[in-house]
Amino acid sequence: MADGAAHDTFRIEARNWLEENCPPSMRTPMSDADVIWGGKGQVFHNPEAKLWLERMGEKGWTAPEWPREYGGGGLSRGEAAVLQQELGRIKARPPLFSFGLWMFGPALLEFGSEEQKKRFLPDIVMGRTRWCQGYSEPGAGSDLADLQTKCEDKGDHYLINGQKVWTSYANHADWIFCLVRTDTSVKHGGISFILFDMKSEGVETRPILLISGSSPFCETFFTDVKVPKDQLVGEVNGGWTIAKRLLQFERQSISASGFGASTAGAGALGPHDIAKAKIGVNSDGALADGDLRGRIAKHLMYNKAFGLTVRRSTETAKAGGDIGPTTSILKYCGAKLNQDKTELVVEALGADGLGWSGDGFDKDELDATRAMLRAKGNSIEGGTSEVNLNVIAKRVLGLREHQ
Amino acid sequence: MTFILTEDQQLLRDTAIAFARDELPISRLRDLRDQAANGVDAEARAKLAELGFFGVMIPEAHGGSDFGMVGMGQIMEAQGRTLAATPLLQTALIGASVLGLGGSDAQKDAWLGKIASGETATALALDEGAHHNPDAIATTATEDGEGYLLSGAKRFVPNGQFADLFLVVARANDGLSLFLMPKDASGLSVQSLNTLDAHGAADLTLDNVRIDASAMIGQAGEASTLIDAVLDRARIGLAAEMLGSASMAFEMTLDYLQTRKQFGQLIGSFQGLQHRAAIMFTELELLRSSVGAALSAVDTGRNDVAELASLAKARAADTLHLISNECVQMHGGIGMTDAHEAGFVLKRARVAEALYGGAGFHRDRYARLNGF
Ligand SMILES: Cc1cc2nc3c(=O)[nH]c(=O)nc-3n(C[C@H](O)[C@H](O)[C@H](O)COP(=O)(O)OP(=O)(O)OC[C@H]3O[C@@H](n4cnc5c(N)ncnc54)[C@H](O)[C@@H]3O)c2cc1C
Repeated sequence: MADGAAHDTFRIEARNWLEENCPPSMRTPMSDADVIWGGKGQVFHNPEAKLWLERMGEKGWTAPEWPREYGGGGLSRGEAAVLQQELGRIKARPPLFSFGLWMFGPALLEFGSEEQKKRFLPDIVMGRTRWCQGYSEPGAGSDLADLQTKCEDKGDHYLINGQKVWTSYANHADWIFCLVRTDTSVKHGGISFILFDMKSEGVETRPILLISGSSPFCETFFTDVKVPKDQLVGEVNGGWTIAKRLLQFERQSISASGFGASTAGAGALGPHDIAKAKIGVNSDGALADGDLRGRIAKHLMYNKAFGLTVRRSTETAKAGGDIGPTTSILKYCGAKLNQDKTELVVEALGADGLGWSGDGFDKDELDATRAMLRAKGNSIEGGTSEVNLNVIAKRVLGLREHQ
Repeated sequence: MTFILTEDQQLLRDTAIAFARDELPISRLRDLRDQAANGVDAEARAKLAELGFFGVMIPEAHGGSDFGMVGMGQIMEAQGRTLAATPLLQTALIGASVLGLGGSDAQKDAWLGKIASGETATALALDEGAHHNPDAIATTATEDGEGYLLSGAKRFVPNGQFADLFLVVARANDGLSLFLMPKDASGLSVQSLNTLDAHGAADLTLDNVRIDASAMIGQAGEASTLIDAVLDRARIGLAAEMLGSASMAFEMTLDYLQTRKQFGQLIGSFQGLQHRAAIMFTELELLRSSVGAALSAVDTGRNDVAELASLAKARAADTLHLISNECVQMHGGIGMTDAHEAGFVLKRARVAEALYGGAGFHRDRYARLNGF
């Protein structure tokens, strides 16, 4: 509470600035097609989206809590929370979606050299470089540390050979942060964390088609890729610590973003609104399908409890409390909630939710169907739900490993 | 709304937890049960009075400490941790709220001090059927000279077996009214019940019980809003108690997972159990947030108290149901024995789940409040 007055001043400042600088079309609901991922390949169909990104980037408010010297906003956690509230108040669209902002940047801030931070962070803040995550391999998914992509020290450079898979947006990314094996004699202690340009010779990406009909990720192949030595982060063979920390940031960002719930199709309507319209109500106003009504109510209540938990964790962090145990559940819960929500929407839509493409279905309806399919990945990406439960059991509850 | 306790609230919480642990452990409930006391524990009541716990929701002017719902919630959670049978919900929370929210100055003067001191135990006599249903009140209050004649029957009134003053809901003038009825009113008979949870309760029969007009809270037939507000507080307080019970049962189970060995392993190393433990932990975290939000919403006078009350009570019911079952299951055979505590959790859980509406009741209400 000590900084309450300071926050009041900041709130007014932020509110005024947003009022002047957030373009009108950036205050309307967005669909998947409106998402700005940045990078060299970004095409802006809406010039206001470009303007909004530039303004927020220059202010450092795409990365509110990063230090000013790396282009960030230099805000305290409390101020950043106020900024979030003010953005929410005017329903502003996020100017930038970015693995750089959510995962790589926070990890580099902790583990990168001064030179690496100066070199890479400002371009992330401005949305000029788009990053992808080279973690998973065909043989190394949940057991990530079993990865085999080889990285050899060739004196003045490293040489990389191997394959990654499920690399989201590898075909659109400018750079990759990548886990490679620098020592084959030990498992966790033989991994390094390295960065390179996706246009380097020997990098090839092949998009993979998902059940939702889109191709957001790729198989990624590295054949004799040369990487300058100053692009290895931290110590050689010290990559696993960085990798794990980055996964924490990833899980936090996945749960905080509610799995793109804002773009979950069928507009901003909840399953109960859709069910009322498609199924009808009894004379007392209650949804006519009593069983579906009960399940929707249960879902909405769970969702509310989840939102309150995110809020409690933010407040606890602000008050200096330990939030580790609370945040550990958010990825697991968030995945389940988004899957439940998208399933309920499709169920409520009935036949109107069973189209695939073309005439006869609204765009919102088609999006809702695809969102349900895409949501199946929520309990796989960023660590599966089973692996998440393992982590809660071992790290939070202190249960032992099976011998 | 805030989830962070003030220093005073934290102190109250610590005191309540230590008190429940030291003075009202589960073994005390076992003793009450073995003595067939139907939850009557005069000694515990006296100690709670000494601590001032009956006055936490009562203004200082009437002898209370004015801690509000957040303070009350800490005490309820603490008593839930040991399944303690106390008059706190019915008296410190419900009695203080009925009079505090609806009482006239004269009624407040007459009763709040006695509630705060622990001298008067109150009990809400509302439900009449097998299920919580505040809309289905058949007990009538018929005008008779300067007062009313009340007739009807009340089912499963918590603390009814020892309450000094009943808060009776009856139908008058086409609406609901609330009356203060002393236990020795002529025409009132109280039948003590031996209940599953050993907390006890009572059935009441009202046969033309005469109540003076001065013992009516508010106007005849216009008590619905007051009753809703009091019930929502009661539901939130009960949810806080259930959070305490669920936390305790979870900790007990976790402890067993870390000590019991089979197949040469701690049973807590089996993934089939680890995942279920992690899911229980998740549910508990969501419940803690729901209860915290609801408690604080009452004190800050938010307009979504009803919604948050139903959220807290439904999540509490689902979570305690799950954990009370898993507690028995993960203890194996010993969990089925009367000598173990798991059974006490299970039995108290089922009563608390049903009281003032189970998960189904509150999901239905939540849907209605959200327009579907
Ligand atoms: C939409 C999407 C985007 C992704 N984006 C990226 C990306 O950008 N970069 C990247 O590197 N990776 C990415 N991934 C990959 C993702 O991290 C992996 O798919 C995930 O870690 C699981 O690995 P796997 O697919 O090999 O499954 P496996 O590990 O083979 O798992 C198969 C099943 O076994 C279960 N299982 C495995 N181990 C255990 C255990 N110890 N206990 C209990 N159950 C277990 C799993 O939970 C799962 O149900 C993405 C995945 C998806 C779906």
